[in-house]
Amino acid sequence: MNRDDKKTTNVLVVGTGGQGVITASEILSDVAMISGFDAKKSEIHGMSQRGGVVTSHVRYSEKVYSPMIMEGEADIMLSFELAETVRWLHYVKPGGRVITSRQRIIPPAVYAGMGSYPEDAEQVIQQRAGDPIVVDALPMAIKLGNPRLVNTILLGVASTLLDLSVDSWKSVIADRVPPKFKDLNLVAFDQGRKVT
Amino acid sequence: MNKHILSGNEAVALGAFQAGVKVASAYPGTPSTEILQNFATYDGVYAEWAPNEKVALEVAIGSAMTGVRTLFTTKHVGLNVAADPLMTLAYTGIPGGLLMVCADDPGMHSSQNEQDNRFYARFAKIPMLEPSDSQEAKDMVEAGLLLSEKYDTPALLRMTTRVCHAKGIVGMDSQSQAEVPTAEGFKRDLKKFVMIPAFAKLRHPLVLEREEKLKAVSETSPFNRMEMNDPRIGVITSGISYQYVKEIMPEASVLKLGMTFPLPIGMIREFAAKVERLFVVEELEPYIEDEIRILGLPVEGKAFFSRLDELSPDAVAAGFAKAGVLPFDLPTAGEKAPGSEMPRPPLLCAGCPHRGLFYALNKMKAIVHSDIGCYTLSVLPPLQSIDSTLCMGASISMAHGTAKAMAQAGIDDKRPVFAAIGDSTFFHSGITSLLDVIYNKGNVNVIIMDNRITAMTGGQQNPGTGKTLQMEETNAVDIITLVKGLGCSRAREIDPFDLEGTIAALKEEIDHDGPSVLVTKRPCIQLFRQDPKAVRVVDTDACIGCKMCLKLGCPSISQGDIIPDEEGKKERRYAYIDAATCYGCALCEQVCKQNAISIVAG
Repeated sequence: MNRDDKKTTNVLVVGTGGQGVITASEILSDVAMISGFDAKKSEIHGMSQRGGVVTSHVRYSEKVYSPMIMEGEADIMLSFELAETVRWLHYVKPGGRVITSRQRIIPPAVYAGMGSYPEDAEQVIQQRAGDPIVVDALPMAIKLGNPRLVNTILLGVASTLLDLSVDSWKSVIADRVPPKFKDLNLVAFDQGRKVT
Repeated sequence: MNKHILSGNEAVALGAFQAGVKVASAYPGTPSTEILQNFATYDGVYAEWAPNEKVALEVAIGSAMTGVRTLFTTKHVGLNVAADPLMTLAYTGIPGGLLMVCADDPGMHSSQNEQDNRFYARFAKIPMLEPSDSQEAKDMVEAGLLLSEKYDTPALLRMTTRVCHAKGIVGMDSQSQAEVPTAEGFKRDLKKFVMIPAFAKLRHPLVLEREEKLKAVSETSPFNRMEMNDPRIGVITSGISYQYVKEIMPEASVLKLGMTFPLPIGMIREFAAKVERLFVVEELEPYIEDEIRILGLPVEGKAFFSRLDELSPDAVAAGFAKAGVLPFDLPTAGEKAPGSEMPRPPLLCAGCPHRGLFYALNKMKAIVHSDIGCYTLSVLPPLQSIDSTLCMGASISMAHGTAKAMAQAGIDDKRPVFAAIGDSTFFHSGITSLLDVIYNKGNVNVIIMDNRITAMTGGQQNPGTGKTLQMEETNAVDIITLVKGLGCSRAREIDPFDLEGTIAALKEEIDHDGPSVLVTKRPCIQLFRQDPKAVRVVDTDACIGCKMCLKLGCPSISQGDIIPDEEGKKERRYAYIDAATCYGCALCEQVCKQNAISIVAG
């Protein structure tokens, strides 16, 4: 028997310090809340701003207890970096979807001989996750004029897989970003929606 | 209802404001920091960063003595620092509501240990509340203040990282249950507040009487409740563990404890009698479980739920599976994917002023006692330049002890002894340590890394920055003057971006007999972000791929693709500097022996 937990939507957002993982998960949980769901999110602050691993768990449903997702139960993993996608693949449930930026950030620890970067990350993701969506989010963002738009582009992709209305996404994004970047972010969100 | 998604910390700040708290004092510490940062932004309140937790609690006690509702916050290890005033405060009590918020860090996400501070409540015999989510965190603030006022005791609100930092939906409306009492001002009461032995002897019995009264309160506290379901499995739990239990064992009967000192013994007995098999699910120590054992009731807990690390829904499911009662198959999580083991430790930022110093220290073959801060990250390769980290302020005193012992015991070790400590940590508890070194004629080279902010916790003001928590202008301590006032005449500032100068200064202090202080003065680049001064670039004609620059551990420097053999040159990979993140500190230019790194042209 499997756990009867089909009603809760679990989204795992991952990346490295400074990439915008936390902001993305805040936007998602706000969208879930204004859509009438109970929503919880959990991440670790503190040392992650020094370029370390960052994960944020977002869960929404009629009633949510645990703020953390179990391994093997993420409906969607939204990743900002290929090796981080590989690191957390075991959180994705069978049939869950992986959305990942194609960006690679090689940690200096690798140059210090503490391990090696998974050069075959993309193949591993293709093998392990059914039908992953690999996005050239950084080049897209740079083309739009600001590398920080990666965040909104990836949320655009995720929005096509989640049962939350486009209007609520756009209203939260418009609320969250500085006014002068509002239009650009909405364009980035739409471009993300067109990726699939 | 007006709802927002708030972290537990934001909810505590809101709860404190709505409950009429007027004064708050704390020292920043993950995962508690955001409570005061948020509280400080409300109208009509006073909030301050104290230099350490002992000072902060004493400020809070003085405030609550006037009848004003007061907040003190700390991370778990900070309560060790504040334990001295706490243990006697428990005797005196205070007229105004005094809520002590303590944020534990099971799993040590950003801490040096994972001590379970629930024992402090039992140790001091003060009431303790444990929230399970943001809404409860907010509600328990007022409840704690009311307990404090009614029973003449400080109240402890014990949180953990997952409650502090997880966000959940909170009703924003003011739900004050009672009016905020009018502060009656400071009233002399010698037998209550002057803890000479004769008066303290009078207070101690009152502490025990209070404990008895609080036991009765716990039995009827709305935060302690039975959620009866299937009677075959009964689970007693508190804090974040409650959420995991509800998630994993939705059919089990649960005794949810929100007031966990004193424990509601009667309620526990009643619950135990109603269920066939009794479990306790709690993080860290068997705090609740042991109390139940003392009652002689059969109970299971730590046999299935580890004393190590934080719990998680996975760990709770695995525990119940081991106990043979999990109602579903564990999710078929795949193995971790190959490549997932690559380490990505947090590291010093590009342009971090600590990097030059620790690169230089690495060359000194010195014993380096370090302190608590971002710079502790220099323990990792490639910098690998510190030998110890224990607690706030310990670097200087430990260095003194090491140097004295080596001299006294005639240990044949010529290595110089250094202490490396940040500005905020020095103000926290390094000053008295330095006083000890000077007073007792120690031979320690102290380096105070003045990056003009409390950086590790995200950038808080401190006595050296010239600003208060509420951003008022104030005095900025001059570290050199302070150090000289303590009696250390040999003290000067150096620039950690100047590698040659830094190395020379370190060597000079090694040669000097007696204590000395070097202050590396450069602001934290995260918090004083300026336009990069002069981004560096690698000249691939000059670069021989020797990797010297990589020894700085700078996140902006990496290696390019492999360049095959050419005539006269072996296979190599050029260094590559990421222009988007380079800050232009020029350390790489200084370590490059090939002169292959320079300022970007144009």
